[in-house]
Amino acid sequence: MCKIGIPRGMFFYDYFPLWKEFFQELGIEIIVSSKTNKEILNLGISSCVDEACLPVKIFHGHVEYLKDKVDYIFIPRIMSIDRMEYCCPKVLGLPDMIRYSIGKLPPIIDTQINLRKSNNKYKKSIYDTGKLLGKDFWEIKKAYKKAEKSYERYIYLLNKGVVPIEAIKIYDKVFKDINYSSEHNELTIMVVGHSYSIYDEYLNMNLISKLMSNNIKVITPEMINKEKINRYSNKLPKRMFWTHGKRIVGSAFSLIEEQKIDGIIYLSSFGCGMDSVLVDLVERKAIKAEIPFTLLTLDEQTGEAGVNTRIEAFIDMMKWRNRDENNISAFR
Amino acid sequence: MKITFPHLGNVYIAGKAFLEELGQEVIPPPRCSKKTLEIGTKYSPETMCLPFKINIGNYIESIEKGADTILITGSCGPCRFGYYSVLEQSILDDLGYDVEFIVFDPIYEGVKKLKNNICRALNVKSYRELIRAGNFGWKLIKKSDYLTHLSNEKRAYAVNSYLVDNIMESYYREVENTVGGKNMLKLMNEVENSLKAVKIDKNKKPIKIGIIGEIYTIIEPFVNLEIEKKLGHMGVIVEKSLTPTRWVEHHVSNFPFGSKEENEKYRLAKPYIPTLVGGHGRETVGSAIYYSKKGFDGVIQLLPLNCMPEIVAKSILPTIQKDYDIPVMTLVLDEMTGEAGYMTRLEAFVDLLERKREEKKNEKFLYGY
Ligand code: SF4
Ligand code: SF4
Repeated sequence: MCKIGIPRGMFFYDYFPLWKEFFQELGIEIIVSSKTNKEILNLGISSCVDEACLPVKIFHGHVEYLKDKVDYIFIPRIMSIDRMEYCCPKVLGLPDMIRYSIGKLPPIIDTQINLRKSNNKYKKSIYDTGKLLGKDFWEIKKAYKKAEKSYERYIYLLNKGVVPIEAIKIYDKVFKDINYSSEHNELTIMVVGHSYSIYDEYLNMNLISKLMSNNIKVITPEMINKEKINRYSNKLPKRMFWTHGKRIVGSAFSLIEEQKIDGIIYLSSFGCGMDSVLVDLVERKAIKAEIPFTLLTLDEQTGEAGVNTRIEAFIDMMKWRNRDENNISAFR
Repeated sequence: MKITFPHLGNVYIAGKAFLEELGQEVIPPPRCSKKTLEIGTKYSPETMCLPFKINIGNYIESIEKGADTILITGSCGPCRFGYYSVLEQSILDDLGYDVEFIVFDPIYEGVKKLKNNICRALNVKSYRELIRAGNFGWKLIKKSDYLTHLSNEKRAYAVNSYLVDNIMESYYREVENTVGGKNMLKLMNEVENSLKAVKIDKNKKPIKIGIIGEIYTIIEPFVNLEIEKKLGHMGVIVEKSLTPTRWVEHHVSNFPFGSKEENEKYRLAKPYIPTLVGGHGRETVGSAIYYSKKGFDGVIQLLPLNCMPEIVAKSILPTIQKDYDIPVMTLVLDEMTGEAGYMTRLEAFVDLLERKREEKKNEKFLYGY
């Protein structure tokens, strides 16, 4: 049986359930690289161009990890996932960066996904992928239908308030609300950033679990539904042409305006060009609405102790603020 | 309405004359300087790319000189440039400057909006007038690019290359006091004549280097630490892969098909980068191949720190270097780039190219092919 390698990085966190079901339905064995660790990070740093951002370097590491273990590596070329929108330039060129930075690669399946002009091309990309693996039309169609179903289930879980890291673990098991104790939570915090920054637990040193174990309810951009994201991102003075930028800004704006959160932690990775724009937009909005905002930029050298201290200080500040507000209202 | 715009190499010369022809008052920003960069760095998000910071510096310096309207072109992805205007506007708002932004977005974002903006910014009374001024502006762009090109070539061949600097320096000073298109053209003709009169040494066989990379960094001499001038004094002929003329030819004159040269570059880049990656990442790879085919000795990639498309290109360039046997050097630029280290790297690269040329000659001699 042929083996396909899926690197655990970049859009893995958005689409893994979809890809997994699809390939499994086609009877193909998939091998996912292990969770990011020191070794993978170092492999990535040494093979990738120095100037790249941390997530792209980590992705290189995952490909290095997989390259001797599989027959193909799946790195879709994701150009655009919505009409008139784009992904980051580094995402557009990701298969090329990998191909010319890493030696001795198995063939890369770099199906192009470009829905900028129309949605029809999507089907074609799926068939192309299946065909490459020697499958026929009906097999592919059936597999994709099934994959789509389970992907919908996954999205449903997210919209119900399950954090994606958990959702990936449980999406085919029994439904379980991770944030079930929400009524007892003292604080609600939005953790915002690119999916591969906020769900890579090595890169962000388990930030989300840390918050949750502190009795904090966590909301991430993937948990806000598309309709809301569109509505709130439309408030920008100019159309946001990055799909992921739109998700980040739209979700943050909606939570800020609807006053659903006590604070925002923006998780950015060192060298991210898109974030230099997005952070500015979100921070300005938060400041105007007087919602505490903090930016955590992670790089290869970030130490866990430093991050912990900053998060603790941020949580304390919010708790203190809440108490203070309550006092004032009690006196009035 | 007192109009200003951000600097982009010599474009302000044509831009100023073009707007003045239409009867607008123009206040171009002072030439980019350390101060421009300092102001820009102070007020911009730290991780924004270098062109953004210079833009901010330009605006503030122009506003202090009295400008109240800023003209810029926009884009809608996939690179950061498309969102420059929004961030810039809020930064200037925060600083309490009362200025209006007029952004020319691409035509697919709405024809009506574009038309409106054109009417407002350009004070168009009739389309005939606009076309006349447009053609005139185009002529000026070509002419000022030609002068830059001529000066680069002259520097490499000149007996005394510093004469060229003197001519160009006084040209730039004169531009500031020249009003209207006709006078500008006259000035340019004079400069052309003086450049042509510079004595050259025909026996020189200059090294040829192609400058590739991010468009702004290639075109704006302040940002690339005057790379053309520096190389010129080392006796190197420099060709820039992107100039305002080439840009207009690709995006305006041949709309929507694109110019022949740029399409050729896409074709060359295709085996390495089959699709667009934003900015000029694909062109960078294509240009490197293009220059190697044209017999250039080497290429230099200019990469403003954190520039997304150029990072993609950079990871492919080592393969091009191997496949086409052309030395490639990447220079990363940001507000900390130091003059001394920069110079050393340029010198070392030129040395390398000279040695390589020498070796090739010897090989020919030895093996007789
Ligand atoms: S969005 Fe940021 S982190 Fe993601 S690939 Fe682009 S630059 Fe890197
Ligand atoms: S091409 Fe580079 S310098 Fe230009 S906006 Fe994009 S990231 Fe910035």
